[in-house]
Amino acid sequence: MIAELPFTVAAVVLAGFMFVSVLRLAIGPTAADRAVALDTVNTLVVTTMVLLGAGLGQVVLVDVAIVYALLSFVSTLYIARYLEGGWG
Amino acid sequence: MRRLVVWAATAAFALAVYLLLTLWSGSWGLWSLSELVVGAVLASIVGVACGGVLWERGGWRMLMPHRWLLLVLYIIPLFWAMARANVDVAWRVITGNIRPGIVRFDPGLKTELARTILANSITLTPGTLTVDVSDHSGAFYVHWINVTDDNPTPEDVCGAFPAWARRIAE
Amino acid sequence: MNALLYALLAVGALFNGLGAVALLRFPDVYTRIHGATKCTTFGSIFSIGAVVLYGFLQGDGAGGTLAVHALIALVFLLLTNPTGSHALARGAYRGGIKPAQAVVDHMEKGKR
Repeated sequence: MIAELPFTVAAVVLAGFMFVSVLRLAIGPTAADRAVALDTVNTLVVTTMVLLGAGLGQVVLVDVAIVYALLSFVSTLYIARYLEGGWG
Repeated sequence: MRRLVVWAATAAFALAVYLLLTLWSGSWGLWSLSELVVGAVLASIVGVACGGVLWERGGWRMLMPHRWLLLVLYIIPLFWAMARANVDVAWRVITGNIRPGIVRFDPGLKTELARTILANSITLTPGTLTVDVSDHSGAFYVHWINVTDDNPTPEDVCGAFPAWARRIAE
Repeated sequence: MNALLYALLAVGALFNGLGAVALLRFPDVYTRIHGATKCTTFGSIFSIGAVVLYGFLQGDGAGGTLAVHALIALVFLLLTNPTGSHALARGAYRGGIKPAQAVVDHMEKGKR
C-alpha cells in the first residue's frame, strides 16, 4: 500500500509557494503584474486541490479543481480584456 | 447536411468527455444507464449550442485519424522543449541574465487551429511568449527573452514547431 | 514505485516554486509571465502526473476515477494556461505597458 502522506506534504509546500505569489499580488506596481500573480495563484490552487484529492482520498476535490480551472480561465480572459482598456 | 455533421462531431466530443468523467459509475458495468441517458441529452444540447461557434469553416480535415495520431506524437518534441525551457528559465532566474525584446515573424500558417497550436507551443517553449497574432496577415509578435537576431526567421525563434503545426492542422 | 512517486512530487514542487520565485525576481510584466507560466505548467505536469500514477496503482474503481479525473484536470490546465497568459500579455501591451530593457520592439511601429 502506498502512503497518502507525501501528497498532503506536497500540497502544503505548494500552499507556501502560493504565499510567495501573493507577495507579488500585493506589491506589484501595475495592474498587469497583479493579474499575472493571480493567474499563477490559480494554477497553484488547481494543482494543490488535485494533490489534496489524492492525499485525503476525496475524488470530489479533483472535480472541484476541474471546475475551478475553467472558471479561473474565463476570469483571466475577462481581466485581460479589461487591461486592454475598453470593453469592445 | 453540413450542420448535421458539425452537430454530430461536437456532440460526440462532448459525450466522450462526459463519459470519461463518469467512468466506473455503474454497479454492473462501466457506466450506469442514467448516466448514459443524461450524457446523451447534455451532449445533444452542447452540439446545438456550440457547434457553430467551435467549428471552423473547412475544419473537416481534423476528422482524418492520422492528424490525431500526429497530435499525440507531437507531445514528445513539445515535452522535450518544455524541459529545456524550464532549465533555461531556472538559469535566468538565478543569474538575472536577460536581453528581452518583441520580434515579428511570419510562419505562413493559414488555419485558426494551426495558429492556436503554434501560439500555445511558443508560449511553453524556451525563452519565447506570444504577445499578439495578426488575424489577416498571420504574423506572430513574440516576446523573446534573449534576442540574438533583430529580424529572425521562424526557425530561429521556435525551431521545428511551425512545421509540426502545419502537418497537424493544414 | 514509491521512489518514483516521491521523485515526481519533488520535481513538481521544485518547478512550481521556481515559477513563484521567477514572479518575484524578473523586472517587468512580460518576463514574469515567461517564468510563471512555463514553470507552473511544467511543475503541474509532474505533480498531477504523480496523482495519476498513484490512482492507477490502486487498481480499483475509486483509484481509476481519481486517475482519470486528475488527467482531465491536467489536460484542461495545459490547454488554458498558455492561452490565458497570451491574453494577459496582449492585454498588457495594448494597455500601454512597454517591455522593460527591450533591445528591439517590432510592435511599436506600424502594425495591424
